[in-house]
Amino acid sequence: MRRKITVKTITLLLLLVSFVTYGQEEHGHADSGSDRASEVKAYIQHHLKDSYDFNLFSWTADSGEEKHFGFPLPVILWDGGLKVFSSSKFHHGETVAEVDGNYYKNYHGKIYKTDAEGTITYDNEHHATNEKPLDFSITKNVLLIMMVFAIMFFMFSRMAKSYKKNGGMPKGMGRFLEPIVLYVRDEIARPNIGEKHYKRYMSYLLTVFFFVWIVNLFGLTPIGMNVTNNIAVTLCLALITYIITTVSGNKNYWKHIFWMPGVPVPMKIILAPIELLGTFIKPFALMIRLYANITAGHVVIMSIIGMIFLFQNWLGSGLSFLLAFVLAILELLVAALQAYIFTVLSALYFGMAVEEHDHH
Amino acid sequence: MEKLFEDFSLGLFFWQAVLFIALILLLKKFAWKPILDSVNSREEGIKNALDSAEKAKLEMQNLQADNEKLLKEARLEREAMLKEAREMKAKMIEDAKTDAKEEANKLIAAAQASIETEKKAAIAELKSQVASLSIEIAEKVVREELSNKDKQMKLVESMLSEATLN
Repeated sequence: MRRKITVKTITLLLLLVSFVTYGQEEHGHADSGSDRASEVKAYIQHHLKDSYDFNLFSWTADSGEEKHFGFPLPVILWDGGLKVFSSSKFHHGETVAEVDGNYYKNYHGKIYKTDAEGTITYDNEHHATNEKPLDFSITKNVLLIMMVFAIMFFMFSRMAKSYKKNGGMPKGMGRFLEPIVLYVRDEIARPNIGEKHYKRYMSYLLTVFFFVWIVNLFGLTPIGMNVTNNIAVTLCLALITYIITTVSGNKNYWKHIFWMPGVPVPMKIILAPIELLGTFIKPFALMIRLYANITAGHVVIMSIIGMIFLFQNWLGSGLSFLLAFVLAILELLVAALQAYIFTVLSALYFGMAVEEHDHH
Repeated sequence: MEKLFEDFSLGLFFWQAVLFIALILLLKKFAWKPILDSVNSREEGIKNALDSAEKAKLEMQNLQADNEKLLKEARLEREAMLKEAREMKAKMIEDAKTDAKEEANKLIAAAQASIETEKKAAIAELKSQVASLSIEIAEKVVREELSNKDKQMKLVESMLSEATLN
């Protein structure tokens, strides 16, 4: 019971700290209302983007100098050879990094190859036309993926060991995790894939469920790492689902796509391209759903937090705070819900791929 | 849509793919397989325990029924045995009685027979003794009679008279 209360308190504190942190970022800047609004907007856009250094918050010192609290991360580029250097060389986008005679600039969250002065050329639509090197940097999001990797491996390998030690009974963390693992097995995998085939997909389903959930939860913490609001991440997950579905599709699955049984021949011809397109649309929807839900959640929460600073009176700011608080709790639900939906739909697609139709 | 493409980061995709696939494979080997195996074996164990409990209950019932049947049979057998024993007893007594009677009859018969023979022997002996005594007496009488002439004559005469009379 006491433990529960402690956990609750910590959660609450984290949420509060997150508001305070966001608050600090805005404070002391901007004089007029519209300036403040555009600043909030820029901040939100910045927050949603990946970043080359782990920056917790920045402020402007009395001397007018910008201060940053955080640490740099390694930048790994492939530009006619592997180039590895610390992101501190960019000085938060202010300076040009020089490596082996090449110059790179961090411009709006992307690395461009430039000359020594860091000149960026633009096309008619104000897009940078500089050459972009292949970028495999350990960015903030990659760092979080690595952290989640470590956390999950630690958690679940320990859980597995506790089974061995206690003669088939979980202990400690396993007591909490086992019902969730069993939920994924009994409520997601079994009914959607079927008793015969579900075992093959358990590893992927469990991994993707916990990965998305934990990553979403990290997105709600004040450290401000949002992995699942990157289209690259959700694309990767959806692509794996697509590949597994396609690889495990049996004769019936393909028959239902290219030559739908039980309908007249002209319909079969019309249905084939639609069904084929459907196989791509399904994982595409998976990708967009996760990406859009998490991004929207963050935008809404941060906008409402931003409103606290726009109102600048007790009533408006107080209401905004209350709303932000309620939404943060809603986001906790969304974090789990999106993980659940992604897993259920993946299981459903696998189920369709391995389904055996006897009734045709 | 354009923003989506612009936001797409190949590096992030690369790292996510590499790390995520590695995570699936690692967790499969070190976590999911052992966890699901233990859970499965535990579930199977519970199921087996329940099944065997059910079986034991059934067996118990069968055993009880068997016991009752056995008891009933034993009771019947006991009754049959008792009945038989009673019958045998009665028969034995009966047999003994008839045997005894027969034996007694035989003994009586034998005794009677021996008494008869003894009697006959005794009578025969008595007869022979009486005969010899008679002869002796007769001898003595004859001798006495024949000791003088007169008497001899008288005897002859009487005898003769008797003989003629006959």
